[in-house]
Amino acid sequence: MRQLWVCVPAPVVWPMPEISIQQSPVPLLQVSGLSLSVGERTLINDIDCVLKKGCRTVVLGPNGAGKSIFLRLLCGLMEPDVGSILWQGQAINSAVRRCLAMVFQHPVLLRRSVAANLNFALGNAGLGAVARRQRVAEGLHLARLQALASQPARLLSGGEQQRLALARALITRPTVLLLDEPTASLDPASVQAVEAIIESAHSQGIKIIFVTHDVGQVRRLADEVLFIHRGTITEQTSVAQFLSSPGSQVASDYLAGRLVL
Amino acid sequence: MPGFTETFGLALQLIFSGSRDLVEIVMLSLQVSISAVLLGCLVGLPLGAWLVVGKFPGRTLLQVLINAFMGLPPVVIGLVVYLALSHSGPFGVLDLLYSATAMVIAQMLLVTPLVAALARQHLDDLYLEYRNLFASLNLSSWQIARALLWDARYSLLTVSLAGFGRAIAEVGAVMIVGGNINHLTRVMTTTIALETSKGDLGLALALGIILISLSVTVNAAVMGLRSSARRLAYA
Repeated sequence: MRQLWVCVPAPVVWPMPEISIQQSPVPLLQVSGLSLSVGERTLINDIDCVLKKGCRTVVLGPNGAGKSIFLRLLCGLMEPDVGSILWQGQAINSAVRRCLAMVFQHPVLLRRSVAANLNFALGNAGLGAVARRQRVAEGLHLARLQALASQPARLLSGGEQQRLALARALITRPTVLLLDEPTASLDPASVQAVEAIIESAHSQGIKIIFVTHDVGQVRRLADEVLFIHRGTITEQTSVAQFLSSPGSQVASDYLAGRLVL
Repeated sequence: MPGFTETFGLALQLIFSGSRDLVEIVMLSLQVSISAVLLGCLVGLPLGAWLVVGKFPGRTLLQVLINAFMGLPPVVIGLVVYLALSHSGPFGVLDLLYSATAMVIAQMLLVTPLVAALARQHLDDLYLEYRNLFASLNLSSWQIARALLWDARYSLLTVSLAGFGRAIAEVGAVMIVGGNINHLTRVMTTTIALETSKGDLGLALALGIILISLSVTVNAAVMGLRSSARRLAYA
């Protein structure tokens, strides 16, 4: 699984300097009193949680529980009504945002070639032409798309598109990778390829936070579970603990495949 | 007055004879309209992008105004440019009235709101599709605008074509600011109007046929380009 990274031409130094996560005693992420409503509907309801670096966190919960919105809030794509999100003690600002990368369930690809899509992500990195070319080559290698570098990205298969989206996120050298159901509707081989990339990113020290409904994937990829129901985190525990003895009836029903309302 | 068949025959004869006057009128029309469209796109496309990604007070008002200006009557534009360029006007010293440049300015003012409004619509749709990606990459408005303009380039070709259609078919404004002076500011539309009033329907119809042919040719070229682009999944 790590073989992909072994072949990357340049040494990869992932963490960005703005929030030097390795040395700090402050938790990687601290969420306090986070709430978000749209009209009369409460989507996120007073969430508090602390996430540490190193472990892979999966956000679980039934459809409509607020998982994707929670992820978007963490990435700064949405503003909460109240509450705070502190990454390494800092509120979300442009420096913090540069350390976060997000990949969506349906990859958003530009109407450009595969290589141009990768190059586009480096727009804010302040890199010279040589460094950019090197990062693009890294990305192509990581996504195993070297042979398709000049092809239009939108002609790729679903699995290839998701690998490209992941590689595009990773060549920006984020500290945290947020993934919203990255393998939904992919075939098993594509799922394996995407998981290999996620696993290799984790092995490079990148914090992984992802949403999935695939319990097998939870076993393979995650260390810690955040279970969300009706916009509230009802459980934060280890994967082993959650799968063997979930702490609530709702979580038990979810794992048993019973409809959770 | 000659019948339709006779007039049509005369028009074809004029076209295929390669009449110098006819060629001169067609070339001036193309020169004026293409210049106006290029300038209109130079202003209108970034303006359209700015309306999509920019966050500033009065944005909605500006959008409403630009949409309203899409349907501005050419004679009103002609009158405004005439007043501005006349000797007593603020730009009178430039001595541009009754010149091809004045016609370019008038047509550019007609084309720019159209290009800006249509571009804004196309770019807005694209922005909806891309906005999560842009936000996750933490891009500046300038970078977003550039990306949108580049990725919508084939749709924007159609927008510029619409601008060209408006410019080349326009008669009121160029008549006022150009004066329809023979060998100087006479373009296809003003010639058609003049020759029809004189009863010289052959020349008027010849220019009409050329005008329609030009429009069909440009449309076909852009459609061809768009379908090639779609085949490559860029559009």
